[in-house]
Amino acid sequence: MTATRLSDLAKTIRSKNAGTDKITFDIIFRERDTYEMVKRSGALTPDSVCRILNVDRQRLTDFVEYDPAFAIKFTILRIRPSGSPGDADIFGAQQYAPFLDVEIEAG
Amino acid sequence: MRSMKIICPNGHLGFAPLKPKSFHIGVDARPDFIAADSGSDDIGPVPLGDDTCASPKAWQEHDLEEMLLASRRIGVPMIIGSAGDTGTNSRVDMYVEMIREIAARHDLPPFKIGWFYSEVDKELVRSKIRNGSPILGLDRRPELTEKDLDSTDRIVAMAGVHPFRALLDEGCDVIIGGRSSDSAVFACAALARGFPEAQSYYLGKVLECASFCAEPYGAKETVLGEITDKWVEVTAMAPEQRCTVASVAGHAMYERSNPFFEFVAGGMLDMTNCVYEQVSEKTTRVTGMEFVPATDFRVKLEGSGKLGERFVGMAGIRDPYTIAHVDEVIEWARAQARERFGPDGWELHYNVFGRNGIMGDMEPLKDRPAHELMIVVQGIAPTKEMAEEVTMTGTRQLFYARLPDVKGTAGGVSFVLDEVMPASPAYHWTLNHTMAVSDPLELFPTHSAMIGAGKLEAAQ
Repeated sequence: MTATRLSDLAKTIRSKNAGTDKITFDIIFRERDTYEMVKRSGALTPDSVCRILNVDRQRLTDFVEYDPAFAIKFTILRIRPSGSPGDADIFGAQQYAPFLDVEIEAG
Repeated sequence: MRSMKIICPNGHLGFAPLKPKSFHIGVDARPDFIAADSGSDDIGPVPLGDDTCASPKAWQEHDLEEMLLASRRIGVPMIIGSAGDTGTNSRVDMYVEMIREIAARHDLPPFKIGWFYSEVDKELVRSKIRNGSPILGLDRRPELTEKDLDSTDRIVAMAGVHPFRALLDEGCDVIIGGRSSDSAVFACAALARGFPEAQSYYLGKVLECASFCAEPYGAKETVLGEITDKWVEVTAMAPEQRCTVASVAGHAMYERSNPFFEFVAGGMLDMTNCVYEQVSEKTTRVTGMEFVPATDFRVKLEGSGKLGERFVGMAGIRDPYTIAHVDEVIEWARAQARERFGPDGWELHYNVFGRNGIMGDMEPLKDRPAHELMIVVQGIAPTKEMAEEVTMTGTRQLFYARLPDVKGTAGGVSFVLDEVMPASPAYHWTLNHTMAVSDPLELFPTHSAMIGAGKLEAAQ
């Protein structure tokens, strides 16, 4: 078994606001095989993404494996609404970085 | 089979200018409508609260001019939603005025303009609460209280297709909308021509961000949507872009918590069973969308409330010992502010870049700070004078922090500027809720007028 970084497998890894109170994460693959392999690896699950982001499971509002786009998508509630004083990422666009380094065991 | 075409040149008109080349290719494809949304809640609560724009006037005017000249030249309606980023009344008036100026400048033949407002009076919302019609929270927010309302400065309601349709039915050639669901800006046109709800709302959903549904990535390029009673097709107009199954299906999940459901005033677009098919190099066809009408007509409300005036300061740290104790440095500065201003009535916020300035507690590497840090300080208080002094205290006192073992006793931080800078006032999102209404047009008064020959004539 060899481990590959998610950033070497995915076409897109991004985060963005979903409204004023949530941030959504999209991890999109180019081919079905890679998408299925990452799904099978179990590296991205509701529990693991919460652990990676150090957020309580209660803050995860959605976790979807979206076959038409070969995408894994999940959404968390923000601690405070976007643009409140102290929020450093009004668009939520720079929250995805920890997922670049997630290791996927090729099955 | 009958069909209808709409082009969209920009996913957020004004935020960055449209690319004219692909727009002109789109216009040459003879669309039946030219439409774009001009708003977003991505820009944070300040523009809505402060009633300002996030977009420069020159860029707004650039796109309105391109779209108006094209729509008048080929004789098809032009539809704009969420005028001026927020869709407040003043932004709608500003866009209507821009259209008048552009028409006068180009001496355009007379045409009919329609517009509607989206601002909601706080007292109307209060009366709903008092009359037992709860204002329900979205995204797990609790029901709205009168206290939340008291801390709100401005509210806009999110229009669905209804005010747009009313203005299209009136024969308007140009429509400027207040705050609107982006999909409604397009769906209204298809519905007005008698196409089914599912296909119409999907057409809106896929077009609303312009070329974000195309690949390779490149924003602000025009896309063309075509609707029939059975399917929606979307085609990239930029020579280098294509709408593929991956790019179109991928766009269904953009900026939304869930890729399957799109809620609008009056119902929900269900994309669970959508089927995507590449029908030619630049075009993808979508079938299988469904629309579920709402049993209860609820309209989304966005509200913003002022927290205070705001200044910003910055301070850098290079000493590794100080970096290791940066939280104590910040606490020292806070303590000095408390000593000067008392326990409350002001706020200080610190973002420590180089450690966890962007992600806060979500940062996995927050225990491994970089060799240099930049602290951004925001101070908030009721008056500008006090906000400046709070921020100055919270920034300059970082310089004087008393760490027991620090070697550098001549100053604990570096300053790029030994000053604090005025910023926009601080606001926060106070409403992300829905309110029941009995009439879909209740919150969205419509108006129309003739523009042309330098003379304005009220049409009603």
